[in-house]
Amino acid sequence: MSNLSTAAYLVSSVLFILSLRGLSHPSTARRGNFLGILGMTIAIITTLANPGVFSYKEIGIAFLIGGLIGTSIAVRIQMTALPQLVAAFHSLVGLAAVFVAASAYYNPSAFNIGTFGSIPMGSLIEMSIGTAIGAVTFTGSIIAFGKLQGFVSGNPLVFKGQHFLNLLLGLGIIALIVKFCIDQNQELFWLIVAASFVIGVLLIVPIGGADMPVIVSMLNSYSGWAAAGIGFTLSNNLLIITGALVGSSGAILSYIMCKGMNRSFLNVLLGGFGGEQAASADGVKDDRQAKQGNAADAAFMMKNSQKIIIVPGYGMAVAQAQHALREMGDLLKAAGADVRYAIHPVAGRMPGHMNVLLAEANVPYDEVLELDEINRDFSETDVAFVIGANDVTNPAAKTDKTSAIYGMPILDVENAGQVFFVKRGMASGYAGVQNELFFRDNTLMLFGDAKKVCEDIIKGLEN
Amino acid sequence: MSEISNQLENLSFKAQQIADEASQLASNVVETSGGHSDFIIFGITVLILACFVGYYVVWSVTPALHSPLMGVTNAISSVIIVGALLAAGPIDSTISKYFGLVAVGLAAVNIFGGFVVTNRMLSMFKKKQ
Repeated sequence: MSNLSTAAYLVSSVLFILSLRGLSHPSTARRGNFLGILGMTIAIITTLANPGVFSYKEIGIAFLIGGLIGTSIAVRIQMTALPQLVAAFHSLVGLAAVFVAASAYYNPSAFNIGTFGSIPMGSLIEMSIGTAIGAVTFTGSIIAFGKLQGFVSGNPLVFKGQHFLNLLLGLGIIALIVKFCIDQNQELFWLIVAASFVIGVLLIVPIGGADMPVIVSMLNSYSGWAAAGIGFTLSNNLLIITGALVGSSGAILSYIMCKGMNRSFLNVLLGGFGGEQAASADGVKDDRQAKQGNAADAAFMMKNSQKIIIVPGYGMAVAQAQHALREMGDLLKAAGADVRYAIHPVAGRMPGHMNVLLAEANVPYDEVLELDEINRDFSETDVAFVIGANDVTNPAAKTDKTSAIYGMPILDVENAGQVFFVKRGMASGYAGVQNELFFRDNTLMLFGDAKKVCEDIIKGLEN
Repeated sequence: MSEISNQLENLSFKAQQIADEASQLASNVVETSGGHSDFIIFGITVLILACFVGYYVVWSVTPALHSPLMGVTNAISSVIIVGALLAAGPIDSTISKYFGLVAVGLAAVNIFGGFVVTNRMLSMFKKKQ
């Protein structure tokens, strides 16, 4: 590799770092994205200028087809479907890593790592690790995509000896890698790929739908490590740096999500949390009656309120209620109320999911606040309007040591003068825990589809 | 006798040459293998330092932009296209080349998809008027 191309790759690496740096504030974020595009363009042109690259026509066609598919999906996708889109994209990075590694195995001279059958040991190790991570990322992301899209049940799939099987498979892959590094046998290469595909599926099936934010972040991290692995095979620092950036980004996001649920990463990975099973196991038979209100009551009370905090959750995304919600907020603001939004770190199905949906509905980002920023203000708030969220408001997390969600940071909506709960029914939330809040004196349940309820309140406000 | 001694001289000269070549080759081998193990150490150095950079940069990302962060990281992890292009580069049609071309296509889906969807998200974030 010439010095010039090394320097160009360095420029791309710096641009990628700056692109992430841009995301520290919404006002610089778009420039950040542009720097990322610039970095990628430089990386691609530099590689095309490599003396070993000739087949521009075929490459151009492949690139064009991929680009067209990617662009048309990205332009059309609904913002509520973002989590599954991201999961699907991760799977492609994983698969690409597998293909690159396979290609390096069959034609090592294109990468300057010897010839077929006599690849140096170091490169073999890097290649097989990159392949394994890429393959796990591929099938893992497909399953995550299926769960988010609803192709695969969102309930955790657990069976006896699951973790033992995973352990066996993991050890098996290591053994295969060792054998492959000695023999360089092509059957072994594909066995590594196949075993990694299987373990990718097995790792994700036991994990419930609402734990997906952690999983999507984790797969994001894996796709980075896969890129870094290939970077070692190519002796290319750009891939290593970018892989490390993406890898640490995903890891930090998973950490933030786990902290938002007060669960350890291992606990999430072992799976089996939530879903119908947990809900019935908890077996809450509650005879207490929650007070039920209607949209007209809610409209009347909110119209006469000074301070309102709206707490959106995944239910808002499912019902596509963000636009109606914003309209409701606008009417309340016009009536003189101070309306703000409170976002819990794990609301939605991916990190920052709610923020994007509210932004899509034209809610200014300075009205949307994080848990730490707004939690104290609930005690001075007249109305807390909870729409499609449940577990993240449950005071049992603070008081009931036996609760499955004990210790999870929650939004203190209970401190507000009046709480409205928009829900489809009395069912408990993902954690399978009954929400104490439903039975409080200052709580009024608004049953129905989130969007429909918002529209009814809007009608009430307009009258 | 003189012929034999001449031949001997010739032979010893040739032997010397072969020995020279052998040592040359050996040093080449040492250099290349040493060069690679050097890259592993060098690469690990870069990897660890980049992890630190990533750690500080990502913690400074505002939580409101965590979805766009995933979009961007998804797009830039497709830098793996560098490897795909090298694999697809050679003229002769081998299986290796086709693997490379498939990888180019997959990475391109990601690059375009990732950056476009991130741009869409970011364009929606607006300040209060």
